Amino acid sequence: MREQILKYFKQDKLPHVFCPGCGNGEVMHAMAQAIDELGWDPTQILIVGGIGCSSRIATYTIFDSLHTLHGRPVAFAVGAKLANPNLKVIIVSGDGDASSIGGNHLIHAARRNMDLTLFIVNNYTYGMTGGQYSPTTPLGSFTTTSPCGHVEEPFSITDLLVGAGAPFVARTGTLYFNELVKLMKLALAKNGFAAIDIFTQCPTNYGRNNRLGKPIDLIKTQASILVPKEKYDLLEPGDRVGKFARGVIQDVEKPTFLDHYRACILSTRKAVHHE
Amino acid sequence: MAIESYLWQGSHAVAQGALKAGVNYFAGYPITPSTEVAEFMAYALPSRDGIFIQMEDEIASIASLIGASLAGAKAITATSGPGFSLMQEGLGYAIMAEVPLVIVDVMRGGPSTGLPTKPTQADVMQAKWGTHGDHPIIALCPASVKESYYLMVKAVNLSERFRTPVIFLTDETIAHMRERVQIDVDEKLYIEPRIEPKDPRNYKTFQPDERLVPHQAKFGTGFRTVVTALYHDESGFQNTSAEVAERFNKRLVDKVEKYIDEFYETEEYNLENSELVFVSYGASHRTVLQVLNDSKNPKWGFLRLVTIWPFHDKLVKEKLKKAKVIVVPELNMGQMVKEIQRLFGDTKKIVSVNRWDGELITPDQLRKVAEQA
Repeated sequence: MREQILKYFKQDKLPHVFCPGCGNGEVMHAMAQAIDELGWDPTQILIVGGIGCSSRIATYTIFDSLHTLHGRPVAFAVGAKLANPNLKVIIVSGDGDASSIGGNHLIHAARRNMDLTLFIVNNYTYGMTGGQYSPTTPLGSFTTTSPCGHVEEPFSITDLLVGAGAPFVARTGTLYFNELVKLMKLALAKNGFAAIDIFTQCPTNYGRNNRLGKPIDLIKTQASILVPKEKYDLLEPGDRVGKFARGVIQDVEKPTFLDHYRACILSTRKAVHHE
Repeated sequence: MAIESYLWQGSHAVAQGALKAGVNYFAGYPITPSTEVAEFMAYALPSRDGIFIQMEDEIASIASLIGASLAGAKAITATSGPGFSLMQEGLGYAIMAEVPLVIVDVMRGGPSTGLPTKPTQADVMQAKWGTHGDHPIIALCPASVKESYYLMVKAVNLSERFRTPVIFLTDETIAHMRERVQIDVDEKLYIEPRIEPKDPRNYKTFQPDERLVPHQAKFGTGFRTVVTALYHDESGFQNTSAEVAERFNKRLVDKVEKYIDEFYETEEYNLENSELVFVSYGASHRTVLQVLNDSKNPKWGFLRLVTIWPFHDKLVKEKLKKAKVIVVPELNMGQMVKEIQRLFGDTKKIVSVNRWDGELITPDQLRKVAEQA
């Protein structure tokens, strides 16, 4: 298995910069395994990252890689996909990158049903800048910018994406590695916008600030937060507080942006240009 | 084919020039007074197998341009001052990652929301220094509808030649004006090809050629292209060493500024005999033409800057050496005049003529200043 995974990474650049116990390594591993199991041609994959710890994952892979601006990876990916629709475009972004500074790009790519795969590595904090609160930081949590406990409600990225019209939305965590690989394969194979909200651990900042113990203790907290979707749906609204559904949240078929656009080309071909 | 007459709007000439240059990707966000460029491209691109997309904002527009260009498209956008401000982030990225694209900035009254429907030339310094850090900028400025067409072809060509974004700095007057354009639309023009690397084995994304320009492979061609706007070594991998930063930033600036003679463009009239020279660009140049036409003063001439940035110190100094008085009309509070002042200090009389109220400098106003200078 190790060789099978390692071949997707620039081995001369390893070990990576991530802290001991960080979940980014598991996400990298799961992604490489999913791609390997799908048997995709690595030369046709473009991996796009934003800014933040998890966005650096892109730069370690052997695929064409595009390390972009904070919050903008989805918008960069839109251009690359439209210019070369044969590319398999994967975006790796963090909770802050994707849903705070990049929130606008996120919802519009979902609404337009751009054929992109998005892995949101959600560690509830801005790790690279030292552990500030993000849109997914739980109410009451301690971060460097919420020293008295966080005063905002977090948001559910999957609810946001379902609302925006994404055809494939899923959630899981690094505690559920095999499920992560399975969901990644589904997301990658999906024709259309497919996103996974991946709960993960940041022991260096989030875990330390909240005295959550060793990395393994932090990972285990996912068991009490993430509830299988079938069970989550049966919970009373009051019992859902602080919990999130895991598994496939939405999976529907709908035409992509390019499907609609190509239909439009056929109709405009008949028009006469005023030149 | 033959030369024919068209009644074109400036914005449409820009779009036609872009299509002529091979542009096949447009992403933008509606903003007055640039929207006509987007509307034209929305009509023209789908039937040419190109992509038009109206993005969620200007930040996304330029971001998608960068992705598209790196995947092999020739990509442009069009905006105005406020939108151009939002694009500064992506502009810096495109400079740093060496991505060809063109931003059309149709200047309107600013700062901020300002005078959306009226002309100024107040983005001259935004074009140069709007994005942070030391960087090269190529900016071109047309003064007529016909020139908008040819200059847009040049803008796209330069972005490919230097692998850097080019600013097409036009204004509300030139972009909304309709003029008779006599042109052969099938005329063969030089179109700069994108040089592609041949051998993936020794490929490094940012290895410069002898002209200091790297030739990145398009995404999806098996070269393992690595792009970042962090300081990076030639392989494209991030590198924060002082040596890499020093060398990289120097090359980035040199690749454009060392080759300025290759593309720097001015237009001149009567410089040999003139004691008074108007230095102008864009819409305010039209006022200069009217003044010269009316006055017929044999000791007046003009130097028009077609290439706005980079500024060619040596060439401009040489062209203006005989002038005793330099008059710089601008639709702003005096931006380009500071470059002229920097060149000549107190050795020549330099007169700045300005308007920033959304109206053009009238020939009368300019003539009176020149007569008294």
